[in-house]
Amino acid sequence: MRSLGKISTFLATAALLISAMANAQADDGLKLRGTGDLGLVIERAHGSIQIIDTTQRAALGRVKGLGDLSHASAVYSRDGRYAYIFGRDGGLSKVDILQRRIAKRVVQSGNSIGGAISQDGSLVAVSNYKPGGVKVFDAATLELVADIPAQASDGSGLSKVVGLADAPGQRFIFSLYNAGEIWIADFSDRGNVKLTKYTDIGELPYDGLITDDGRYYIAGLFGEDGMAMLDLWQPEKGVRRILDGYGRGEEKLPVYKMPHLEGWARAGDVIFLPAVGRHEVLMVAPGSWKEVGRIAVHGQPIFAVARPDGRQVWVNFAHPLNDTVQVIDVPSRKIVHEFKPGKAVLHLEFTPRGEQVWISVRDANRVDVYDTESFARLQTLPAQKPSGIFLTARANRIGL
Amino acid sequence: MGKIALFLRIRAFPIRKCFRACLTAALFATSITPVCSEESISTARQTELLYLLQQDCGSCHGLTLKGGLGTPLLPENLADKPDDALVEIIMQGLPGTPMPPWRFLLKEQEAAFLVRAMKTGQTLKIEQ
Repeated sequence: MRSLGKISTFLATAALLISAMANAQADDGLKLRGTGDLGLVIERAHGSIQIIDTTQRAALGRVKGLGDLSHASAVYSRDGRYAYIFGRDGGLSKVDILQRRIAKRVVQSGNSIGGAISQDGSLVAVSNYKPGGVKVFDAATLELVADIPAQASDGSGLSKVVGLADAPGQRFIFSLYNAGEIWIADFSDRGNVKLTKYTDIGELPYDGLITDDGRYYIAGLFGEDGMAMLDLWQPEKGVRRILDGYGRGEEKLPVYKMPHLEGWARAGDVIFLPAVGRHEVLMVAPGSWKEVGRIAVHGQPIFAVARPDGRQVWVNFAHPLNDTVQVIDVPSRKIVHEFKPGKAVLHLEFTPRGEQVWISVRDANRVDVYDTESFARLQTLPAQKPSGIFLTARANRIGL
Repeated sequence: MGKIALFLRIRAFPIRKCFRACLTAALFATSITPVCSEESISTARQTELLYLLQQDCGSCHGLTLKGGLGTPLLPENLADKPDDALVEIIMQGLPGTPMPPWRFLLKEQEAAFLVRAMKTGQTLKIEQ
């Protein structure tokens, strides 16, 4: 009996210890859970991010010390645990989404603009303005794997790099802003990186996108009335001009903010693209790349993003008309909803299956969550000068 | 939360105008050297302009104005450039580059205020 009593005391103590350990783990954010419904919001002026939970529609905590996050973006490790955050000051930070802390951080250039993660998740690439080029890091250790200076083919020196995206075959593709070139860096053999360069693709490519099948890369051209397209299934055909003269030679309106092509919208058989310097969203048929129509919108579009099912396209706008969001119904190509979340709506991000959209309203210091069917506001969360919103579902998508 | 947040709260819930003006003046007195030559630009508008400089010019030139797609706009980058040439660039834009003409949104004296703010590094400070 005495030994039984001893055993039960021991068991009780062990149970207490285990529950204490579990509590300690919960405090560390290590409570067992997946990351599939998590994400982050960039707080651009404060060098911080908030980790968000789209099931609870709540902020879980903040990670600070990420440097200058103006125009920051993020990609995810394929397990959805780590976010790689690309800061304006050249900082590349690997953030543990569960523990809500910086796992590793390097300052890899003086001035950078975004990045991508490779097909197999083993490499992270950063596109830099200064010094112009791409640097590629080991995703686990953030050790430098390759440095690719963007030396213009015409001898004019280093070019700023924009529109960096991952492509199938362990490749990265990007555009040289000053030089007007598109380059592909093939990392299928890490020790022997192969570069393919396409020159004279057009003036001032300002951003690029890759379609979700990884087939087409499109660069928007600021200096010309058109876009440059490369078919990665037939790279030998070279870069083609598409949507040539979409502005019909009319003078552009002043562009107070560059549109973004990432987050481009493919809905049904049509791709929706923001026009530069026009109050229009362009509709293009992928494959033929002919314009199939255009939709007049509230202002100059910045993001035109498709709800994951492709039924709606949500659009936000450039300064000074940036207090408004419009929703295009894809089958009818009509604007079916318009609302004003507040001044400086900077970004929109859908949950993986599209029932909610998260919207950052910079000047109101708010992130709002809307139901995409009823358009009702479901939640509003305080955030300091929020800009980009990045959910972990991006881990599983080509080009994001 | 720094002075900016304090100021924004005041703007969001305007109390008495004079109270707000006093606080705005205090803000300028402590974090930003008072600008004497812009009597015609209200202190509230001056703060709006500095906010525009940081947030909207900052989307190309960087939040800290150290450059991005656009050139850096720090005092050392602008020191040897005449004020009126810089005002002209702001108002008319730079054709062949993404720098847009701001004349549709700004008055010339507001552009002049921004030029002096940039040259003297009078930008809004936000605590990290």
